[in-house]
Amino acid sequence: MSQYFDLSRRGFLKSSATVGALVFGTYLAGGAPRVIAGVLAKPSESAKRANLFVALRPDGIVEITCHRSEMGQQIRTAIAQIVADEMEAAWDQVVVIQGKGDPKYGDQNTDGSRSIRYNMQRLREMGASVRYLMREAAAKRWNVSIDSCSAEQHKVTHSSGKSLSYADLVSDALNLTPPDADKVPLKKRSEWRYINTAMEHIDLKDIVTGKATFAADVLEPKALIAVVVRPPVVGGKAKSFDATAAKAIAGVVDVIEIPAPTGAPQFQPKGGVAIIAKNTWAAIKGRRALTVSWDDGKNGDYNSEAFKKDLLATVASPQSSVRKIGDAENILAKASNKLVADYYAPHLAQAPMEPPCATAMYHKDRVDVWAATQNPQADMATVAAMVGMDKEQINVHVTMLGGGFGRKSKPDFSAEAAYLSMKTGKAIRVQWTREDDIQNSFYHAVSAQHIEASLDKNGAIEAYLHRTAFSPIASTFIEGATAPLGFELRLGFTDNPINTPNMKLESGEAPAKTRVGWMRSVSNIFHAFAVQSFIAEAAHKAGRDQKDYLLDTIGPDRILDVTEQNAEYDNYGADKATYPLDISRLRQVIEKVADMSNWGRKLPKGRGLGIAAHRSFLTYVATVVEVEVSESGELDIIKSWVSIDAGTVVNTDTVKNQVQGGSIYGITAAISKGITFDEGRVQQSNFHDYRVPRMSDSPLDVEVEIIPSNAPPAGVGEPATPVYAPALCNAIFAACGKRIRQLPIGDQLKA
Amino acid sequence: MIKFTINGKTREFSGDPTTPVLWYLRDELQLTGPKFGCGMAQCGACTVHIDGVAQRSCVLPVSAVSGSRITTIEGLSEDGEHPVQQAWVEHKVPQCGYCQCGQMMQAASLLASNPTPSDDEIVQSMSGNICRCGTYPRIHKAIKSASKAMASVQYYVPDTKGEEA
Repeated sequence: MSQYFDLSRRGFLKSSATVGALVFGTYLAGGAPRVIAGVLAKPSESAKRANLFVALRPDGIVEITCHRSEMGQQIRTAIAQIVADEMEAAWDQVVVIQGKGDPKYGDQNTDGSRSIRYNMQRLREMGASVRYLMREAAAKRWNVSIDSCSAEQHKVTHSSGKSLSYADLVSDALNLTPPDADKVPLKKRSEWRYINTAMEHIDLKDIVTGKATFAADVLEPKALIAVVVRPPVVGGKAKSFDATAAKAIAGVVDVIEIPAPTGAPQFQPKGGVAIIAKNTWAAIKGRRALTVSWDDGKNGDYNSEAFKKDLLATVASPQSSVRKIGDAENILAKASNKLVADYYAPHLAQAPMEPPCATAMYHKDRVDVWAATQNPQADMATVAAMVGMDKEQINVHVTMLGGGFGRKSKPDFSAEAAYLSMKTGKAIRVQWTREDDIQNSFYHAVSAQHIEASLDKNGAIEAYLHRTAFSPIASTFIEGATAPLGFELRLGFTDNPINTPNMKLESGEAPAKTRVGWMRSVSNIFHAFAVQSFIAEAAHKAGRDQKDYLLDTIGPDRILDVTEQNAEYDNYGADKATYPLDISRLRQVIEKVADMSNWGRKLPKGRGLGIAAHRSFLTYVATVVEVEVSESGELDIIKSWVSIDAGTVVNTDTVKNQVQGGSIYGITAAISKGITFDEGRVQQSNFHDYRVPRMSDSPLDVEVEIIPSNAPPAGVGEPATPVYAPALCNAIFAACGKRIRQLPIGDQLKA
Repeated sequence: MIKFTINGKTREFSGDPTTPVLWYLRDELQLTGPKFGCGMAQCGACTVHIDGVAQRSCVLPVSAVSGSRITTIEGLSEDGEHPVQQAWVEHKVPQCGYCQCGQMMQAASLLASNPTPSDDEIVQSMSGNICRCGTYPRIHKAIKSASKAMASVQYYVPDTKGEEA
């Protein structure tokens, strides 16, 4: 029997997702001319559940549940495309219901570029199962064989020509026993009508009319606004505070201390003092009037300049082996033709346009939360711990996310709202300001890498040594951890594609003196930066063309299994037979992007092309960037080309949009000063000093080509990011001969 | 008492005159199209039109807009038929969408004052609006499309919108 059907309650369950005060969305009932969006749209009382992801209304409208968080990757559309396609639902008869946090859906952690990879097969099966039931219901009604009935666009047709609409068949179909998932006939690819098309995303019209509901747009329950001042140093706490002036501000109703956390940071709030007010402006003014004296704790000495020296010193000497083949150390010790380079990249903040925000209402027996969260089940656990309940008592309603990029997987903001609601007995919305966001993130790790290689007489890499050290994400979960968790190394370090008989990869340790977390593509960013920059440096040393040398360096078409080289590698949790590290696919994206960009063409003085390629999240991406560097060192990114092989893709336009955006997100690493610390405090506070790409920093054309593929679906949201900074820096070198090894680029082109 | 017109309706405000227009629109009027992004006019998510000109409502106190006509995305058109909104749909510009109301208000203001902007003029006008999803190439193309569409037909005229009240 199918794993997706509830055996204990054979048949169908009435839609029961009515817990808490759900907000009515903006959807239209009935035969709306489009898929109905409304992120907080309530399921119909009359809809009956066909399976975990599909409910049917008596009028034939199909409710499809999206259990992943929508943050711009159009997952709400993609899930509907998959289910509706296999179900043969008419697109204008579909309503998408946002699933709240619930373990019954399985994993809901919307990061790691895996929503489609984890769910496509079961979503297809669930859609196909309903289509099968519709056919079976019609066959029974007509007393004919099911094989003589076909389903298309909300209608079942018999070979004789007669037909019944899905609406006519809903009650019959719901009384049938669904077939086993593995017995449901799935469509052939050639029969797909929604999957692998560029259909418009369902929230688009709500977005352009200002109706999309983000966390701060939740109007019910009517909440008081809280703005929190948090300890400026991680591990610090408020010694004392004076709220007299804050309380005198009109509209301020309360000032409440949030306790400092203990142990590893996890996703706990940092503690601090909350100003609670009737409106946001009063809360902000109240916070300005508050004076707090801090105990900084043990991270009060964090200084980024000193830390950088320590990291570079770490990678200057031998560290723990991560992967080894041949005898790189010995060959390098004797080599005459050597290239040695150190790379450095600073902390970064994800800085989604919507700062963290959540509303909570505490009841004696439950807490209702409305949050812009990437991971509602983490909100359940974190809020439960904060208020002393079981996680089953926490109802998490997921709003639209104004960007996430990893920040909103860490629900400290939801726990703040829940705690303050518990203390006040009122609905509380915690609104983070941009300063809060920039200064209280879970930062992308600061990193240093040392690479040396010896080149043989043909210029090929005969021995390669690479050491990495960075403040590990491990520290967020294990108090005082200095060694990275395995996954941090497996993101672009362990799976280095350089084909050489002698390779040694080593990992050093470093403390984390702030909260460290994942940011779009995580440690792939700095690892790909070093590897892809180094290959271009080696090409230059060998007197070779960057692209040709890159192709030679990754070597012949083959399946690379790094576990054969004394390495641990989990392949993003995917089976290596299904998702092998296939060098031929890496080669293909490089050749494709070279073709797209007309690689090798003659360029005017001051212009240059750079290339980089990288596999991450099981997807292969190659990017070419064209830049112009003026004589005074002004950088202008002219255009970019990207070739992506993500296996099977659901929405081709979404993939292109994600790749364009992921590329521009990658510019951040190159141009932002990053996040720096002194005396434990973040030195940046808002977009004036934490620079992120603007239109003037970006290419106006990012041309994307998707490699057509029948391979299983891989990641899309992140893989365009890691290649961008190295492709850009390689282009800069081609344009003006300046090699950027330390990010940000800053004034290095002006020297 | 401060009076102004918002999306064609006359409004009176008697609260804290230092309140930024953004928070008045969002908290009091529940006009949630304008978004909070930075609070210091660095990102443009809060952009609205004051007497037809794009301004950052997060730093603009209500006391400064007495007698003005304020237009938010909700007032730009009845149901998304402003050429800028239509161009945003045509080019499928938005990803997360959070910044896009501000982007569209900025673009509509640009096109109202300069109906046929050059590529560089678009970049110059739009570089105060941040999009972390990185939709800039599509925004740029959409503005070119909207410019073409507006060349033939007069749609929204921001300077007169408020006088309907």
